[in-house]
Amino acid sequence: MAEPYLIGDAMTGGYGGADILHGCTIAVEKGQIAVIVGPNGAGKSTAMKAVFGMLKLRQGQVRLDGEDITTLTPQARVAKGMGFVPQTHNIFTSMTVEENLEMGAFIRRDDMAETMAQVYDLFPILKQKRLQPAGELSGGQRQQVAVGRALMTKPKVLMLDEPTAGVSPIVMDELFDRIIEVARTGISILMVEQNARQALQIADKGYVLVQGANRFTDTGKALMADPEVRRSFLGG
Amino acid sequence: MDILNALVAFTNFVFVPALAYGAQLALGALGVTLIYGILRFSNFAHGDTMAFGTMVTILVTWWFQSMGINFGVLPTALLALPFGILGTALFVLGTDRVVYRFYRQKKAAPVVLVMVSMGVMFVMNGVVRLIIGVEDQQFADGGRFVISAGDFKAATGLAEGLAIKSSQAITVGAAVLVVAWLFWFLQKTRTGKSMRAFSDNEDLALLSGINPDRVVAVTWIIAAALATIAGTLYGLDKSFKPFTYFQLLLPIFAAAIVGGLGSPLGAIAGGFVIAFSEVIVTYAWKKVVTYVVPESLAPDGLVQLLTTDYKFAVSFVILIIVLLVMPTGLFKGKSV
Repeated sequence: MAEPYLIGDAMTGGYGGADILHGCTIAVEKGQIAVIVGPNGAGKSTAMKAVFGMLKLRQGQVRLDGEDITTLTPQARVAKGMGFVPQTHNIFTSMTVEENLEMGAFIRRDDMAETMAQVYDLFPILKQKRLQPAGELSGGQRQQVAVGRALMTKPKVLMLDEPTAGVSPIVMDELFDRIIEVARTGISILMVEQNARQALQIADKGYVLVQGANRFTDTGKALMADPEVRRSFLGG
Repeated sequence: MDILNALVAFTNFVFVPALAYGAQLALGALGVTLIYGILRFSNFAHGDTMAFGTMVTILVTWWFQSMGINFGVLPTALLALPFGILGTALFVLGTDRVVYRFYRQKKAAPVVLVMVSMGVMFVMNGVVRLIIGVEDQQFADGGRFVISAGDFKAATGLAEGLAIKSSQAITVGAAVLVVAWLFWFLQKTRTGKSMRAFSDNEDLALLSGINPDRVVAVTWIIAAALATIAGTLYGLDKSFKPFTYFQLLLPIFAAAIVGGLGSPLGAIAGGFVIAFSEVIVTYAWKKVVTYVVPESLAPDGLVQLLTTDYKFAVSFVILIIVLLVMPTGLFKGKSV
């Protein structure tokens, strides 16, 4: 099998002190959606941050398109084509929606108008509210700003840390639809989700983590169908 | 009853001086609020940065004067101002390189940085006194008045005169220009927006590829420019004395906090709130009151709430009230 587009291979490490990840492997293919689920404290967000270079690995590698990027800083990874949407504090609240998008494209020196138009096509509500401070928007709209900001660098991989945390079920469905749309444009999506059931439904690949290690790895559908996964992690 | 004369006396003794003083405080508070918003600490060295900048400006002014260079009716100090800004910017960038950067890399708590800035304050204080001395220095030249009291009386026939010093007119004019430029810079330019983004959410700014070293350097340069301009205008309006500039720290911080730390608009509003309160509370109202009340009710005393010796108490009281009642200030800055 060919190497996945982005892979965190057998990652071991933590925030100094005890290891949180124990030989954990997370990967995503081009244009696909990979979802990390698992119980609280399983190291889901930690695994994501490790892939993005926000914590030091003691063992293992991160490779993007075959290139070893294990030692690169998060900023350098952004330049390599990775976008990251943190779970909280993921927008500039005092700045307008449009300024948020501009700041997302800060490393680009070329014309960003086209990318901004694409983001507005994807999230039409943001175009309406583009001159409003992002902090005044609703939770779902703020998440759209956060995703839009990350898309402004034209990333090849978009990493989302619990994009639907704290939004209503209707908004959650809508956000998932948008995420599928993003993936259809050829951008790989790697995301951590609390709402495991809904997330696995749209996932090409699912990773169930327990205590910092892979417990189950399969397609989203197969995991949903697996009686053990259902019983232990999806509530029956 | 003589409303017109009362109004002229009020404008002459309260409104115009407070407006000029408010503009000086606003420029100082803008520097404090920028440093607080972006570098995340209260810079106690700001008063002495003003003194340093004014000192450099004065030295260059004297040099220009000795060579016979002047600026016509405008003070020569305005010609020297760019050199003052340059010198101060280099000095604070050097300070940042030698002192603040070390603590920033260690991710020191804001209160540690405040203490560090007090150390820097004492050093700057000493440097300024060593170079220019502790005495009062006069460096204003050019035209003294835009309107003098005598001319005003002759023109209007009123008993009260209205004098507008050229230093007051220059102060207000310069403050308007500087503030307009600063807001344009912060709202419209790429660098200005990146500074606001960095102030709003440092981690996300880093994720977006904003270079923190550049943001920090630009912030220091702007703060140095604001301090030098504010200090020079204050010196032209009154006089330059290092100790007075050290004391200015209190009303400037009061202004920044009253307006809301981190909010540029708040710093300006705060500057005027403090300046007007200080002047209104310490002004002897006897003259104005005598004009507006019937003769029989004319006051015997000075009608002065506090002597000018207590003017800093006014900033203090306002500061405490704001911290108790409205900790984020008038314009919703960060709480202290």
